[in-house]
Amino acid sequence: MTRRADLLEAIAAHAVVILAVCFSLYPILWVVSLAFSGSTSLEPQVLPIPIEPTLEPMREVVGATRIEPDGSEIWLFGRQLLNSVVVSIATAVVGISVAIPTAYAFARFEFVGRREGMRLLLATQMFPAVASAVPLFMILEALELLNTRTGLVLCYASTSVPFAVFQLRSAFEAIPIDLEEAAMVDGATRFEAFVRVVLPVARPAIAVTFLFAFMTAYNEFILAATLLDDERAFTLPVVLQRFIGEYDARWDLFAAGAIVVSLPVMLLFYQVQRHMVAGLGAGGVKG
Amino acid sequence: MVSVQAKQLIKRFGETTVLAGVDLDIPDGEFAVLVGPSGCGKSTLLRLLAGLERVSAGTIQFGDRDVTTLEPRERDIAMVFQSYALYPHMSVRKNLEFGLRLRKTDAATMTARVEEVAKMLDISHLLERLPRALSGGQRQRVAMGRAIVRRPALFLFDEPLSNLDPALRAQVRVEIRKLHDQLGVTSVYVTHDQVEAMTLADVLFVLDGGEVQQRGRPIDIYREPANCFVAKFLGSPAMNLSPVELRRESPDQRWFAGQFPVATPTAFAGLETGRRVVAGVRPHDLVLASEGAGDLELDVEVVETLGPELTVHGTLRTQAGPGQAYVAVLPAEHRVTRGDTLALKLEHLHLFDADTKRTLRC
Repeated sequence: MTRRADLLEAIAAHAVVILAVCFSLYPILWVVSLAFSGSTSLEPQVLPIPIEPTLEPMREVVGATRIEPDGSEIWLFGRQLLNSVVVSIATAVVGISVAIPTAYAFARFEFVGRREGMRLLLATQMFPAVASAVPLFMILEALELLNTRTGLVLCYASTSVPFAVFQLRSAFEAIPIDLEEAAMVDGATRFEAFVRVVLPVARPAIAVTFLFAFMTAYNEFILAATLLDDERAFTLPVVLQRFIGEYDARWDLFAAGAIVVSLPVMLLFYQVQRHMVAGLGAGGVKG
Repeated sequence: MVSVQAKQLIKRFGETTVLAGVDLDIPDGEFAVLVGPSGCGKSTLLRLLAGLERVSAGTIQFGDRDVTTLEPRERDIAMVFQSYALYPHMSVRKNLEFGLRLRKTDAATMTARVEEVAKMLDISHLLERLPRALSGGQRQRVAMGRAIVRRPALFLFDEPLSNLDPALRAQVRVEIRKLHDQLGVTSVYVTHDQVEAMTLADVLFVLDGGEVQQRGRPIDIYREPANCFVAKFLGSPAMNLSPVELRRESPDQRWFAGQFPVATPTAFAGLETGRRVVAGVRPHDLVLASEGAGDLELDVEVVETLGPELTVHGTLRTQAGPGQAYVAVLPAEHRVTRGDTLALKLEHLHLFDADTKRTLRC
């Protein structure tokens, strides 16, 4: 009887999981099907299987080129992919570099304006990015940074810092201060204790925050669409959006583009997950 | 190795005064224990010695070096934390090497010292493991090793045994004392456990309310507590304390503190009839007397058998009826049960002033 109950429970659990997987995977399979079918429009179709399998949309997206005024030809899509990757990595690096010392200070030091500072950071999170689009446009224009990766990185990094500070402050607070004190008694300066003990212990949190900052920049559309009008400076979300015009919607290109756009993110996840070792900090101090 | 001298140490956190003028004097090579209840300031005092907190006033000297304003790394100390504070991302070997690396010790010396200490503490087989793969006792040893390997002038211990189970605690306590005798390095050890305090200390400091209540050899403090707090805090079970009045019925009769006979009145200063005092009796200073020959009578309520001893809890019988709760420790061969009335003789009586709570012994 017990064995039968166990079996039924296992079947029920598997059924739920399989259903959940299908539910999550269906739209993705549908996009994949669209990317490899010859159809340019969205035709209602239950099974996500290409009607006439073809690599043409993929070739068209990836192979996009542009003839420069001087007659030379550049690989446009490659350049746009590079824009996205460079801007996102730079955003994450700049954001994290600013957020780490800030978060550590908020976590460990008593100073005038500490509480107000955290509230201010929280307040910045309440405004949607689009609210700052116009002022940012004007600032970048004044700095002659429109249509540049630097300009975009500056905008993205400044918006990624508050959240990163929140995330990292909690991570630093969770690290027992005994560890730093032990290091200082052992002969380290406060900075050495921070670099040699706190940062390695906080590595999983830093990895997650890095990934989050990267993803936010990588997926961002509104600011990019506002601040960029030269297609050579476009990032991938803007490129994708251009496939769906008012009069001419190329869903096959959009789907193919979406798949290519996902690849760097998957690669990054694969790389970063090594650092997200749960419980890295365990065992150092008695709980 | 150094001596430790602290003069009039004051530490305030905002409005709160945690240490109110503490003097420490620890001779070179001695094992000093700071003992006191939670919140007495003992851990803060240790942190001041380590340089992890800044003094509000006062000076700290290690030998003839004034270290009051020095950073922890400049003090040549090592500390074992209550939480062990092992670096979780480093193997045991890396943990032990950490301090040596910071001091740019050459690789061969470093390896030799780590191996030596690992052997001394029996952790050689754990060197490549991460702290999370160790048991509580093993982590404690690694924390000790990390302190020893640096060969500092002063060891600081912040309740290092409080996370161990009782059996292991007793074992490690003995090992710590052995290591101290072997290395001869001056040590300051903070604990709230009076067994650790009594067994480990060469010199004991009893703290309460941010002040040193008494300094001395553990046995001297146990025998001659300076005030009611020390009397009550050290010794298990705690000393019985009774607020009473001194009297004697006529000039040639014996002195009594309440119903307790005062054996040697000449030993007490300024005795006068009617003076209010606190009479203190250690449970171990009560012995069973034959009926009618005792100084006190105890109505037994609870008897705890602890192998060689009985701890007898009861109520003191006075002329006016049942008195205060009292504890006596008697040899286990006596048959004592609930409801018995025991005649007890006093072997030693402590007298404290009722107002100042200080001892009346000269």
